[in-house]
Amino acid sequence: MATAPVEIDTRVHYLNVSYGIKSWLLTTDHKRIAILYMVAITFFFLVGGVAATLMRIHLIEPNGAIFEPGTYNKLFSTHGIVMVFFFLIPSIPAVLGNFLVPMMVGARDVAFPKLNLLSWYIFMAGGLLVLYSVIWGGVDTGWTFYTPLSTTYLNSNVLSAAIGVFVAGFSSILTGLNFVVTIHKMRAPGMTWFRMPLFLWSIYATSVIQILGTPILAITLALVAVERVFHVGIFDPAVGGDPILFQHMFWFYSHPAVYIMILPSMGVVSELIACFSKKRIFGYSFVAFSSIAIAVISFLVWGHHMFLSGQSVYAGIIFSALSFAVAIPSAIKVFNWTATLYKGSISYDAPMLYALGFIGLFTMGGLTGLFLATLAEDTHLHDTYFVIAHFHYIMVGGAVMGYLGGIHYWWPKITGRLYNDAWARLAAAIVFIGFNLTFFPQYMLGYLGMPRRYAIYSPEFQVLNVMSSAGASILAVGYAIPLVYLIWSMRYGPEAGPNPWGAKGLEWQTPSPPPTENFEQIPIVTEEAYAYGAKEVQVG
Amino acid sequence: MADHHSSVTWSHQFEDAGQQHEAASLGMWVFLATEVMFFGGLFCGYTIYRNQYVAGFVAGSHELNAVIGAINTAVLICSSLSMALAVRAAQLGKRISLVSCLIVTILLGLTFIFVKLYLEWWHDYQHGFAPALNFTFAGPNTRSVELFFCFYFLMTGVHALHMIVGVGVLSVLTVKAWKGRYGPDHFNSVEIAGLYWHFIDIIWIFLFPLLYLIGGRY
Ligand code: HEM
Ligand SMILES: [Cu+2]
Repeated sequence: MATAPVEIDTRVHYLNVSYGIKSWLLTTDHKRIAILYMVAITFFFLVGGVAATLMRIHLIEPNGAIFEPGTYNKLFSTHGIVMVFFFLIPSIPAVLGNFLVPMMVGARDVAFPKLNLLSWYIFMAGGLLVLYSVIWGGVDTGWTFYTPLSTTYLNSNVLSAAIGVFVAGFSSILTGLNFVVTIHKMRAPGMTWFRMPLFLWSIYATSVIQILGTPILAITLALVAVERVFHVGIFDPAVGGDPILFQHMFWFYSHPAVYIMILPSMGVVSELIACFSKKRIFGYSFVAFSSIAIAVISFLVWGHHMFLSGQSVYAGIIFSALSFAVAIPSAIKVFNWTATLYKGSISYDAPMLYALGFIGLFTMGGLTGLFLATLAEDTHLHDTYFVIAHFHYIMVGGAVMGYLGGIHYWWPKITGRLYNDAWARLAAAIVFIGFNLTFFPQYMLGYLGMPRRYAIYSPEFQVLNVMSSAGASILAVGYAIPLVYLIWSMRYGPEAGPNPWGAKGLEWQTPSPPPTENFEQIPIVTEEAYAYGAKEVQVG
Repeated sequence: MADHHSSVTWSHQFEDAGQQHEAASLGMWVFLATEVMFFGGLFCGYTIYRNQYVAGFVAGSHELNAVIGAINTAVLICSSLSMALAVRAAQLGKRISLVSCLIVTILLGLTFIFVKLYLEWWHDYQHGFAPALNFTFAGPNTRSVELFFCFYFLMTGVHALHMIVGVGVLSVLTVKAWKGRYGPDHFNSVEIAGLYWHFIDIIWIFLFPLLYLIGGRY
C-alpha cells in the first residue's frame, strides 16, 4: 500500500516488542492485557447482539414471528447475562482502564501484573461456561436468576450459567483490586489526588464498588447453586427460607453494578469534554467527589427494584427517597460538563460526538429513573418496557457510547494510527439515530402497558414494536462500521504521533504506541489535570 | 529495576522495595475487604432467619457439641499466635524458628480441619443432621432446624475451605523459608499470609458463638 509510515515500524513499542500467540497469552503488560480484553468483549458483544437481533425480529409480529415462547425466554436471558456480565461490566475498566490507569498515574504497569493476566483467564473461563450453558440447555431466568424460578421450578441450565457468572466475578474483583492499589501506591512524583484526571477518580469509585459488591453476588450465586444441587437452601420456602431474600442480595450487588457500568463512562466523558473544548473541567472537585458519592449511595438504593415484591412499605419509601438522592451527584456531573462546554473552543471530532450523545441520552435515562423511583408511578411502570427503555438509555445510550467514544479517543494511542474521521463521525451519527429509534418507542410501549419478557403482545402495540425493530437494524449498522474502519486503520491508517488531539494528560506525553514500560523515564507532574491554558488553544 | 548493590529486589513496575511492600499489604487488605463482604452475605442471611425462627435455631444449635467447638477455637487462637511469631521470626531473619513456627501453624490448622470434618461434620451426618442428604430431626420446628443446619454447613464449610487454602499457602511458604528466601529485607509474603491467616481466625471467632452458643445454654 501507499507510503507506509516508518516511525512506528522502526521504533520498539509494546506491540512489536515480541510476536506470536504465546507472547500475547503469557503477557503481563497491562496494555496487551487490555487488548486481550478488548478482543474478548467484542466477541461477547457480538453474541449478545445476535440474541438481541433475533428478539427484535421476533417481535415484529404480535404473535411472535419466529420462536417458541420458551426459546424467546432463553434469548433474552442470554442477551442480558452476556451483555451485563461479559460486555458492559468489563468494558471500560478492563479495556480502557487497563490500558490507561498505569499511564495516567505515571507508572510502568499496574501493581500486580500477574493477577491482571490471571483476571483475564478467569474472565474467559466464566465466559466460556456461560456460552456452554446458553448453547446446551439454555438459560431462561433472565439475567436476574430469581429464585425459586432458578432453583425449584427450573427447566433450564442455570447451574452452570450461575457458576460462570460467579467465576467471572472474581476477575472483576481482581481488576478492581489492582486499580485501587495502583492508584493509591503508584502515582508518579507530583501526581497528587487532585491532579489526577477525572477518569481515574471514576475508575477508583468503580473499583470500590467492584471490590465491595461483587463478593455479595458471588455468595448469592453460590447459595443458588447449593440450593439447585442439594434441593435445599436458604432461599427455599420448603424449609422456611425466603425467595425475597435472594432479591435483596441480588440487587445489593446489581444496583451498584449498574454504576460499575456507568461510572467509567462518565470518566471517559470528562476526558473527552475537556479535551475537545480545550478547557479545564468546570468544578473539578465536584465531579471527582460526585463519583465517590455515587459509589457510596449506590449501595443504599437496591430496594427500588423491589417496590412490588412485598417488601415493607416503609422500606419502599426510604428506598425511593434514597434513589432520588443518587440522582444528585449524577446531575452534578451533567451540569459541570455542560458548563465546561460553555465558551470552550469546541471541535466536533468523532469522540466528542459520542460524548455529546452520552450527555443527552444519559440525562434521559437518569430522569426516567426518577419516574421509576417514584413509588406510585412504579406500580404502573414496573416490569414494563418503560424499564427496558430506562436502562437501555443509560447502559447503551450512556455506557456503550462512552466506551465507543473512549475507544475512538485513545485508538491513536493504542495502535499508533489514525482512523478515517469522516466514517467515524458518520458511524456516531448512525448509532445515535438508530439508538433513539430503537428505544424511544419502548418508553411509549411501557407507558401504554406492554410488559417486558413476553414473546407475544397485543396487536395495538405493533407499530411501535416495528419502529423499534427498524431502529435496531440501523443501530447494528452503526456498530458494524467502526469495526471495519478501525481494523482497516491498524494497517493503513496514517501515523498518529504522540498527541493527535493536543490533549493534556501523561498518556499523551509518551509515543504512540507506547513502549512496554510506558515512559522512558517516570514523569514528574507539575500541573493539574486539564491545564488547557489560553496559549494551548490550537486553531485548525 | 533490581539494584545490584544489595540483595533486595523488586518487580520492574515498582520504584523500590518499599513501594512494593506497601502495595502488597494494601492489596491484601483490599482482598480481605472482599472477604468480609463475602462472609457478610452469609452472616446477614443468618441474622435474619435467626430472628425469624428463634426456637428452631436454638434447638439446632443445641445439637452441636460446644465443647469440641471451644477446643477448636482454642486451637485456632494458638495458630494465630504461632503465625504472629512466624512473622516476627521472618523479620529478624531467624530461619529455623520461622520454619518451625510455620510448621506449628500448619499442624494446628490441620488439627482444626480434622476436628471440624471428622469429629463434627461426620458425627452430624451420622446423626441425621445433613440437610438434603439425610435430615431426620424429630421434634418441633423441624423445618427451621433444617434451615439452621443449612447455615451451619454452609458457613463452617466456606470457612473450612479458607483454612485449606491457608494451609496450602503456608506450606509453600515453609518450603521457601527452608530455602532461606526470607529475611529482614523481604518478609513481605510471610506478613501478608499472616494477615490472611488471622482473618480466617477472626471469622471463626464470630462463627463460634453464633452457631454454638445461642439460646442461653450455658
Ligand atoms: C439516576 C439514577 C437512577 C435511578 C433513580 C434509577 C431507578 C431505577 C428504578 C426505580 C428501577 C426499577 C424499575 C422497576 O423494575 O420497576 C430501575 C431499573 C433499572 N435500572 Fe435504573 N436508575 C438509575 C440509574 C441507573 C443506571 C446508571 C443504570 C445502568 C447503568 C441503571 C440500570 C437499570 C437496570 C438494568 C434496571 C432494570 C433491572 C431489571 O429489572 O432487569 N439505572 N432503575
Ligand atoms: Cu437500581
